[in-house]
Amino acid sequence: MFGKLSLSAIPFDEPITMTAVGGAVLLGTVILGLVTYYGKWTYLYREWLTSLDHKKIGIMYIILALVMLVRGFSDAVLMRGQQALAAGGALGYLSPDHFNQIFSAHGSIMIIFMAMPFLVGLMNIVVPQQIGARDVAFPFLNSLSLWLTAAGGMLIMASLGVGEFSKAGWSGYAPLTEIEFSPDVGVDYWIWAFQIAGIGSTLTGINFIVTIVKMRAPGMKLMRLPLFTWTTFFTMVLVVWAFPVLTAALALLTLDRYLDMHFFTNTLGGNQMLYVNLFWTWGHPEVYVLILPAFGIFSEVVSTFSGKRLFGYTSMVWATGAITVLSFAVWMHHFFTMGASPNVNIFFGIATMLIAIPTGVKTFNWLFTMYRGRIRFTLPMYWTLGFIVTFAVGGSSGVMLSIPPADFVFHNSLFLIAHFHNTIIPGALFGFFAGFYYWFPKAVGFRLKESWGRRAFWCWLIGFYLAFVPLYVLGFMGMPRRLAYYADATWHPYLLVAALGVAVIGLGILFQGIQLFVSIRERRSLGDSTGDPWDGRTLEWMTSSPPPVYNFAKIPAVDDIDAFVDMKERGIAYSRPDRYGDIEMPKDTPHGLIIGGFAFVFGFAAVWHIWWLAVLAALGALFTVIARSADDDIHYVIPAAEVERIENERYRELASVAK
Amino acid sequence: MKNRTYFLLIGLSSLCAVTLLGGCSTMVLLDPKGPIGETVRFVIIAAFALMLTVIIPVFIMAFWFPRKYRASNTDATYMPKWSSSAAIEFFMWAIPFVIVTCLAILAWSTTHSLDPYKPIPSADKPVTIEAVCLDWKWLFIYPDKNIATVNQITFPVNVPVSFKITSDTVMASFFIPQLGSQIYAMAGMQTRLHLLANEPGSYVGRNQQFTGPGYSDMHFQANAVSREEFQSWVQGVRQSPEKLDLERYEELSKPSRGYHPVTYFSSVKPDLFEYILSKYHPTSGENHGPMSSGSVPTHPRTDVAEAN
Repeated sequence: MFGKLSLSAIPFDEPITMTAVGGAVLLGTVILGLVTYYGKWTYLYREWLTSLDHKKIGIMYIILALVMLVRGFSDAVLMRGQQALAAGGALGYLSPDHFNQIFSAHGSIMIIFMAMPFLVGLMNIVVPQQIGARDVAFPFLNSLSLWLTAAGGMLIMASLGVGEFSKAGWSGYAPLTEIEFSPDVGVDYWIWAFQIAGIGSTLTGINFIVTIVKMRAPGMKLMRLPLFTWTTFFTMVLVVWAFPVLTAALALLTLDRYLDMHFFTNTLGGNQMLYVNLFWTWGHPEVYVLILPAFGIFSEVVSTFSGKRLFGYTSMVWATGAITVLSFAVWMHHFFTMGASPNVNIFFGIATMLIAIPTGVKTFNWLFTMYRGRIRFTLPMYWTLGFIVTFAVGGSSGVMLSIPPADFVFHNSLFLIAHFHNTIIPGALFGFFAGFYYWFPKAVGFRLKESWGRRAFWCWLIGFYLAFVPLYVLGFMGMPRRLAYYADATWHPYLLVAALGVAVIGLGILFQGIQLFVSIRERRSLGDSTGDPWDGRTLEWMTSSPPPVYNFAKIPAVDDIDAFVDMKERGIAYSRPDRYGDIEMPKDTPHGLIIGGFAFVFGFAAVWHIWWLAVLAALGALFTVIARSADDDIHYVIPAAEVERIENERYRELASVAK
Repeated sequence: MKNRTYFLLIGLSSLCAVTLLGGCSTMVLLDPKGPIGETVRFVIIAAFALMLTVIIPVFIMAFWFPRKYRASNTDATYMPKWSSSAAIEFFMWAIPFVIVTCLAILAWSTTHSLDPYKPIPSADKPVTIEAVCLDWKWLFIYPDKNIATVNQITFPVNVPVSFKITSDTVMASFFIPQLGSQIYAMAGMQTRLHLLANEPGSYVGRNQQFTGPGYSDMHFQANAVSREEFQSWVQGVRQSPEKLDLERYEELSKPSRGYHPVTYFSSVKPDLFEYILSKYHPTSGENHGPMSSGSVPTHPRTDVAEAN
């Protein structure tokens, strides 16, 4: 009846896990209790969970990302704590089985359930507004993507309390992930969480490509797209190219595990090298999926807060395109040590180095945007400057790794770990934070308090160096990644420093929490009634904060790269149209939420081999799709009078600010 | 803001200096004991120096521009519309291009000269060691001496060592950091690695690729000794009462937890290494079709003539 699932799947004997489960359940109960107490269920369901509004979907993505950031960071704390203790014969407080789950979960969560929702959330809030559109091309698909991503995240969270997570690393190399070596349900959780979220990502990719290609405001030629929209476009091209490869690789692994096939097994003609190739064919473009949107954010931020047009716009666009194409020709640098011939290795090595050229160009472009500007040191700018300096180091260590003979000694060492954290944390996460602070007032209507934000920034930056410089050194000392314990006592001091670094980063996260709390409490004094708190340059600053559901009462006409600056200079930024028209908007619908729910149930049932439930859930999802397809009544009209009322209010507010 | 930036900068750079200097003697990759490791060290330092030519200007500009063009400094030039300069953009593309070209030349030559499959030229006949990754220990077979060991290898100094590597479990990686390159070990496939120690000593070797719960214990000793000591070590192994026949191998290859103590086998079933490879090719000898290299055991690469 319940497949492999029984009460023994709950790890009652693991105090650390049970504490985490208890904490998560308690927190969940408190939140649900509060929602019930204040009678907000209808509001939550009507205004948020079933919403097709891209801005609300974006906010929900970011909430998911922040929750997952805390979860992934807790894993980091446990790992650093373990390695700080388990030196010279000591075994630490985590068994290898538990430690292995934690590093696997840390990687999986940070990439797929923290970084991806964060960037997709920012795109959702910003891109339609930047191109002067009222929504994305496929609003329902957008909601579906969100709930599929959330379903994947829920599966990982479920693995904490029911059964276990994968013990084979976030990259899940076969044959270690084959049923022979990993007979438990952990790998299945990993597969289905990735698979479900991955389908959501692919749909997001299609959605945003179509949105950017088809829904730009009149006059917004491709070479007038704001840089963030450009990087979103290239990112989504990467998503659409790369994610199907992951889907296929995981599907083949699923067949191996569930139907005793032999794609990647040791025996009967399986080929483990094929898995590694497929995984990184997705995996390397994926890191550019994380980094390119952040590059776009930095471009917007530097230009806005330098009060100056972005330097070398054309170079920036071409550099982004070059990175997009090159990122598909470098995957083999993840396994130079597999035994390929020197000619194969050097091809991928040089292709990897070539990426440094457009990346270097971008860095110089940002620097020269600041040159002869008027720089305001706001929070987004802090993160951007922290990024430029830190990323230069991370990028350089990447170039060192791209040389095959150097990789032959750095591979799988802590040098590698230091390198990719040194690119992804400043390159992606700092960018997302910059975007978070930059667009927060746009999304919710008030700014975040600078003081706590600066404290958080310094903690993050100093903590980052404390946590990862020792890892570079440990790489030179020959310490491999993923050790649950180690005999070499000379490594110990460095791991203590790294653990201290994680504590300092933890302080940064705490300060960010305080910042949110304090800012919400003081939201009136931090409020933004102009819609343009930073003297912005692109169309999203034209609307009110937060924007009305339709964004633009009248679609603006664009004449310049910095469209909004151009309008402000010509004095037409806030001119009113002669009359307002009816606006047709997509109706909210629960179908995405329902399909996401079915996807979660399907994933859970598949993990535990509860076949009747898996079939029911799959049928449920299928029928929901059919029901949605048969629904012809998917739009509603906001009458011109209502638009006029909303706009009048907006202009009253603007006028009161002007006084 | 300014003061804090400087304090941070000073603090960070002194931290880096302390960590780097403090660790020099134990930084095995910068203290190699053989020609492969020495060349790799040169490559790393050269690449680092080349990267500094980018990092340093970026650092200078990243501190200088924001400071000079801060909003409060109204004396600084402000050109809100200035957004392109053919000269600057030319150098922006050209400088990274030149640096990458230098790096590519360095990488091209050393990738070929340091190919782990390439035998190290020497007047001496290399010592052949067959390394097998097991859960969770390393088995080493000396086919020419008909002996085997677990978690320890000994070889003469200044004589090339020719490794043939495979796995009887999941994918692993064979690595002796102080001697140089690592290479994967994969079931049913043989990879090659050539190393040489030019200084006697006992070096740590390890599995560098995560292989499951016993992974942390997968380290071994690699002893480089004089020729005489090597001969007496071989004699010592031959005194061992343990023999590695098929039955003993099956027992040994079962997963074991904790560090597996060093074990000596005075004799080995002939062609045990080939047997381990062929386990994964039950139809060995038949034609596998166009994808097969034709010869079993298979090889992750087919362009290399078998060395030694």
